Amino acid sequence: MYQAALKVENLTIAYHKKPVVEDVSFEVPEGNLIGIIGPNGAGKSTLIKGILELIPKLSGEVTISGSSYKLMRKSIGYVPQRESVDWDFPTNALDVVMMGRYGHLGWLKRPGKAERHKAMECLDKVGMVEYANRQISQLSGGQQQRIFLARALAQEADIYFMDEPFVGVDAATEKAIIQLLMELKEKGKTVLVVHHDLSTVKEYFDWTMLLNKKVMKIGPTKEVFIPEYLQETYGGRLAILSDAQSGLLLK
Amino acid sequence: MNLLDIINDPNTRWILLGTMFLGLSSGVIGSFAYLRKQSLLGDTLAHAALPGICVAFILTGVKSTSFFLIGAALAGLVAVFLISVLTRYSKIKQDAALGIVLSSFFGFGIVLLTQIQQSEYGNQSGLDTFLFGQTASMVMSDVYMMMTVSFILIFTCTVFFKEFKLLSFDPGFAKGIGLPVVFLDYFIMMLIVAAVVIGIQAVGVVLMASLLITPAVSARYWTERLHIMVILSGIFGMLSGVSGTLISTSVNNLPTGPLIVLSATVWFFFSMLFAPKRGVLSTVWRRLSTKKKYSLEQDKRKGSHPL
Ligand SMILES: Nc1ncnc2c1ncn2[C@@H]1O[C@H](COP(=O)(O)OP(=O)(O)OP(=O)(O)O)[C@@H](O)[C@H]1O
Ligand SMILES: [Mg+2]
Repeated sequence: MYQAALKVENLTIAYHKKPVVEDVSFEVPEGNLIGIIGPNGAGKSTLIKGILELIPKLSGEVTISGSSYKLMRKSIGYVPQRESVDWDFPTNALDVVMMGRYGHLGWLKRPGKAERHKAMECLDKVGMVEYANRQISQLSGGQQQRIFLARALAQEADIYFMDEPFVGVDAATEKAIIQLLMELKEKGKTVLVVHHDLSTVKEYFDWTMLLNKKVMKIGPTKEVFIPEYLQETYGGRLAILSDAQSGLLLK
Repeated sequence: MNLLDIINDPNTRWILLGTMFLGLSSGVIGSFAYLRKQSLLGDTLAHAALPGICVAFILTGVKSTSFFLIGAALAGLVAVFLISVLTRYSKIKQDAALGIVLSSFFGFGIVLLTQIQQSEYGNQSGLDTFLFGQTASMVMSDVYMMMTVSFILIFTCTVFFKEFKLLSFDPGFAKGIGLPVVFLDYFIMMLIVAAVVIGIQAVGVVLMASLLITPAVSARYWTERLHIMVILSGIFGMLSGVSGTLISTSVNNLPTGPLIVLSATVWFFFSMLFAPKRGVLSTVWRRLSTKKKYSLEQDKRKGSHPL
């Protein structure tokens, strides 16, 4: 039987009175790399936080591989926006990555050799091994972003939510990270990525979700990522793109 | 009295033990409060204890430390509750909510205190010592209680170290992996209330927050590892508690609170100036030596390639 990796039904989230994400329903199949695209303030971060229950929702159901979100916590990985923490915290890169193992450790148990080993492995995957003992405020923005990614990898999840993992990351690193995400996908994991750079959407993502308060479109990228739907999502603000540019963009 | 007499006095030795443990546990729990940017929370919970003490006196009519401390603890819990209601259900930001609770509780406490002191047995109530602390009034059972509570505080911070660390660094991620963030939030506030309760006798409500925060700030200068910072902060707190008590006992029973806090401040200045890496002197030194090295290299380069 087909089972969606993630199924969201009638999700509505509001900070104050007006909903920021309204009556959103969609399904995501397993083993895909999915780009979440939409203008600033479209509610992309809010949608992810709502799904992860980091902020209260007004209504809606979220199921992960057919079970309720609460039961599946250990199989969820999360990369928050980098600005969400104070990086001048007395800890080093390795320590932050080890936090990815805390959910599996449970209460009272302390991280030990196994966790350290796993964390080093994940640091290696993002090319940050030589920074393992560096205090985290002494890392560049892109390096901090990679630490967060390594922490999510350490979670060994089945479904990943990443909020703008490429912000402040150089082109070479971005390619390396996308390679990593593709490997995850090959292993049957599902990865949802909030992404702003329209020029790489076709190259990176199997599926695309266009979001602006509600889900405008979701599906295989070649069906969804077309000028008409994009204009609709960005409220005509993409008009500045000339035909030649958008032709290039959407090729 | 000279220092030797003081240390040889068994009563003072007990009191020293008490303030030592008090400083240690305040330093430990204070580290987490500081890293979670809740310095003002400690101040609020400390000031909130005053009306609790006064109400306890009015209700019971006796001068009993245990009743006072129960009153202080209850007032602290009410304050915790009010702060969370204000921040959760109104648009008031946390610092504003803390400010409101701090000033209203303390104001109310001062009104009650003045009332009590103007009443017939007010002068003997000794309630005013709770403003700035007075170790001279402490008895053996007080010290036992301080030690017990301190032990529980330190034990709890050790057992939940991993959780407290994640909660302080990245509460969003903590929530994501299923930690009961709201519960832990309350839990840490309770621990701070506990530290305040054992501290108000020696340090007083006005300055108790400094004993929570100043050692943590000092400790942060010396290390980039959380567990070392927590231990150092405990040690700084302990040293401050001991030296403050010693000075207060030797110099004609000055209020202990200000002396303990001044000692903590001395450690703070020492750390700020002399800590390696983060300290002011080492930063200046590093900048100067880099500059010098660079200009030397420049000179050499110019020397080998004369224009
Ligand atoms: N904590 C908050 N309190 C109140 N309103 C908020 C809060 N966070 C976000 N909003 C509002 O909700 C809307 C959606 O915000 P969200 O952060 O989800 O957008 P986004 O799609 O992630 O944007 P960006 O591309 O800029 O990251 C915005 O209009 C924003 O102003
Ligand atoms: Mg966002």
